[in-house]
Amino acid sequence: MTNPPVIALRNVERTYQMGDVAVRALDGVSLVIERGEFVAIMGASGSGKSTMMNVIGCLDVPTRGRYWLDGVDVRNLDESALSRIRNRKIGFVFQSFNLIPRTTALANVELPLTYARVPARERRARALAALELVGLTERLHHVPAEMSGGQQQRVAVARAIVTNPALILADEPTGNLDSRSSEEVMLIFEELNRAGRTVVLITHESEIAAHTKRIVRLRDGLILSDEPVSRVAQAAGAPS
Amino acid sequence: MNILDDLRGALRGLSANKLRSALTVLGIFIGVGAVIIVVGYGNGSSQAVQNRIKALGTNTITIVNRGRFGRGPATAGSTQTQSATITPQDVSSMQDQNQAPDILSVSPVLSSSATATYSSASDSSVTITGTTPTYLQAEDFQVEAGSSITASDVTNHAQVAVIGQDLLSDLYATGQNPIGSNVFFGSARFRVVGVLADKGSSAGADENNVAIIPYTTAEDYITGYTNNFTELIVEAKNAKDVNAAENEADDILASANQTSVANLPFTAINEATLLSTSASTSSTFTVLLTVIAAVSLLVGGIGIMNIMLVTVTERTREIGIRKAIGAPRSAILTQFLIEAVMLSLIGGVAGVIVGVVGTNFKIDGVKPIPTPESIIGAFLVTVVVGVFFGFYPASRAASLRPVDALRYE
Repeated sequence: MTNPPVIALRNVERTYQMGDVAVRALDGVSLVIERGEFVAIMGASGSGKSTMMNVIGCLDVPTRGRYWLDGVDVRNLDESALSRIRNRKIGFVFQSFNLIPRTTALANVELPLTYARVPARERRARALAALELVGLTERLHHVPAEMSGGQQQRVAVARAIVTNPALILADEPTGNLDSRSSEEVMLIFEELNRAGRTVVLITHESEIAAHTKRIVRLRDGLILSDEPVSRVAQAAGAPS
Repeated sequence: MNILDDLRGALRGLSANKLRSALTVLGIFIGVGAVIIVVGYGNGSSQAVQNRIKALGTNTITIVNRGRFGRGPATAGSTQTQSATITPQDVSSMQDQNQAPDILSVSPVLSSSATATYSSASDSSVTITGTTPTYLQAEDFQVEAGSSITASDVTNHAQVAVIGQDLLSDLYATGQNPIGSNVFFGSARFRVVGVLADKGSSAGADENNVAIIPYTTAEDYITGYTNNFTELIVEAKNAKDVNAAENEADDILASANQTSVANLPFTAINEATLLSTSASTSSTFTVLLTVIAAVSLLVGGIGIMNIMLVTVTERTREIGIRKAIGAPRSAILTQFLIEAVMLSLIGGVAGVIVGVVGTNFKIDGVKPIPTPESIIGAFLVTVVVGVFFGFYPASRAASLRPVDALRYE
């Protein structure tokens, strides 16, 4: 028995109505991402990569075309089913960290498990394990305002992996970080991928994309190129 | 979602904007406090009226000769009414069971003010009430020590007195037994035979600053011979017979004075009726005030709704994050609903505390008595207000689309 691909998009279109003008943010995208892949989705602003991220993350639904997430067809799912899918199958990491303010690191990481109705004791144990994985065991009871950007993003990564999702979806995860913190966060993603997790990054920085194993380029809502990152290019692209 | 987490989260949310939360809470706080105090005040004043009615004796009618108060005759041009009198003969007619079957007792009253002296102590303006023994029962006076005046004291013109609590404390040293001592009212000497129990000053006039003596003796030494009583205390056999008793007394007085009942210059004061009228007036006021207080609860609720809408807008992004990581609608709804209910509950609890503390103070001479119903009721209403006015903002938060909410800056 083979596992279904984590992401399977077939002819996905997403159209926004802006007044009288219909904007085609995605114009027939087909893409398959298998389990264990480490993919960067690249593109300039306006290329449709944010829409792509919203569709892949089940925050938005395609206007046309079909999308299977981990074998589940998300078409025709109602709102509560979508939120359940987001909770169980996807771990989000955002550019602006998006931690819940005035809430400790530990509580932030526990939150997805709380929504999944995991018992408190197990919640605590899994959150601690996730925070240990990102190397943040000393800041458990700090609130976001008391942490640096790098630390906040590591908490966000811990929150993304705590539910053991099929997919880790990161939207410009290093966009608000200095280069050292960026490097740290990328190393964590690499580590997670090595451990077998599927990671999809959305970025416009080629340096960041170079950490991945496959780069999908978007332009005007279409896939421009989709190629593996060669070892040579990886060595040349990566700084230091 | 764990309710404890929700509560903690709500508390964090509220304490992030302390001043704003406090101001929002104020509306509910004032509403609840006002409801409790107003209802307590209404309850207290109706209780006070009830006590007064009880103190007066519910079965009694006081028949007052209006002429004595200088209010003139009942009918203009009727000279006869002016000289109408209440005589001992009328009193014995009323005591006749055939003529007045509904009257239990009739106590004539001759009252005057005098200065009381005992050894070196004195007390001016003591109300000297000359009457018969039935007066004490009709007017609900209790004899605390010694004995009452007796019927034979009345026939024998005995110089005996039963004194009130004020007189006791003004004339005698603490602990001194006044029974058997001689006290002067004006220049006449009386032997104290009994002491009245404290009656309070609830009926307006101080009913403790009195001395009760036989009316015959009062005629002899205090008022002078008049053959005309100041007033009559008519006690009916039953509370429901009060009106019948009043009619019988009126008929006897009218025929004795050879006039019609309508022409009698006497006013029959049925105090119980008077007081219940005033009680119902005050209860109308209480209802009105309670409505106003309840309106302020409503206004407080609108304040909560307003601030919750602001909160939801401010925290749109947070809602987006929560939805992105899988919060179901119900979790968001509960979160904001709990926050709204917590706001109104804080106001409610503070209002209950202030209300209960506030009812310890007298307002306009009335001691408010808080009712458990008003406290529990006001408290429950705050929960309802919180849920009601919190629901719309919370459902607005819950129905935000995650994409839009996340994009919100």
